[in-house]
Amino acid sequence: MSFKNVAQIAGSAMTAQTVRLNTIASNLANAGTVAGSAAEAYRARKPVFAAIYEREAFSDEPIAGARVQVLDVVQSTEPVREAYEPDNPLANEAGVVFYSNVNPVAEMTDMMSAARAFETNVEVLNRVKSMQQALLRLGDNG
Amino acid sequence: MAIRFDNVLGVHEHALALRAERTKILAANLANENTPGYQARDIDFAASLQRALEAAAGEPGLMVDTSGPELLYRVPNHPSQDGNTVELGVEQALFSQNASEFHMSLTFINMKLRGLARAIEGQ
Repeated sequence: MSFKNVAQIAGSAMTAQTVRLNTIASNLANAGTVAGSAAEAYRARKPVFAAIYEREAFSDEPIAGARVQVLDVVQSTEPVREAYEPDNPLANEAGVVFYSNVNPVAEMTDMMSAARAFETNVEVLNRVKSMQQALLRLGDNG
Repeated sequence: MAIRFDNVLGVHEHALALRAERTKILAANLANENTPGYQARDIDFAASLQRALEAAAGEPGLMVDTSGPELLYRVPNHPSQDGNTVELGVEQALFSQNASEFHMSLTFINMKLRGLARAIEGQ
């Protein structure tokens, strides 16, 4: 019986959610970024999460829990927004600039989801800590 | 009358171990809340406890079955587009309930130990 893996599982989830919050911050910060060509325009980034199923050391038994890992950070394939702004110094010969394809509303909801998931895992760690402390006091009849 | 120490704690010893194991499983479900394709797992507590008790009641000295409880898959209330079957509210409630039950088992064990100490001291 050990709670060691619980801390690792919750910790991996907190790391993954932090990466997600980082990409959201980057996306929101660059929501209004312009570029001179579609290829240079900022595209929204999204992390890809995957579960890690591990096996117990020296045995074939799978560990009951699965950790989370960030496999990759991919860029959105949504088309970027074009705007006719001939006064913009970044505009191309046709006077067109390319805005990022970030959807601020989607990013905000994603941010709330990530923050909630992070808090859930903090709460898991807190509960496990109190369980562990109660276990340590076992038989202490004071 | 002799006291069999392995009988003193009774079912609570196994219940405590199972609940600690279940904590791990539910924590993993909560951790993978946003992982596409992740399927939430859980154990059937009553069946697992029955199995653990039967294994413990087997011949003494024999290697006890250590493969642990059988992992089942959670049936989600609503399907989700990315194939993930973790439902945050459900898992949070079960995790909280499991934590409370863990404390309950601990309290029972503590009461048993206190009774044992009193019997030894002859009070």
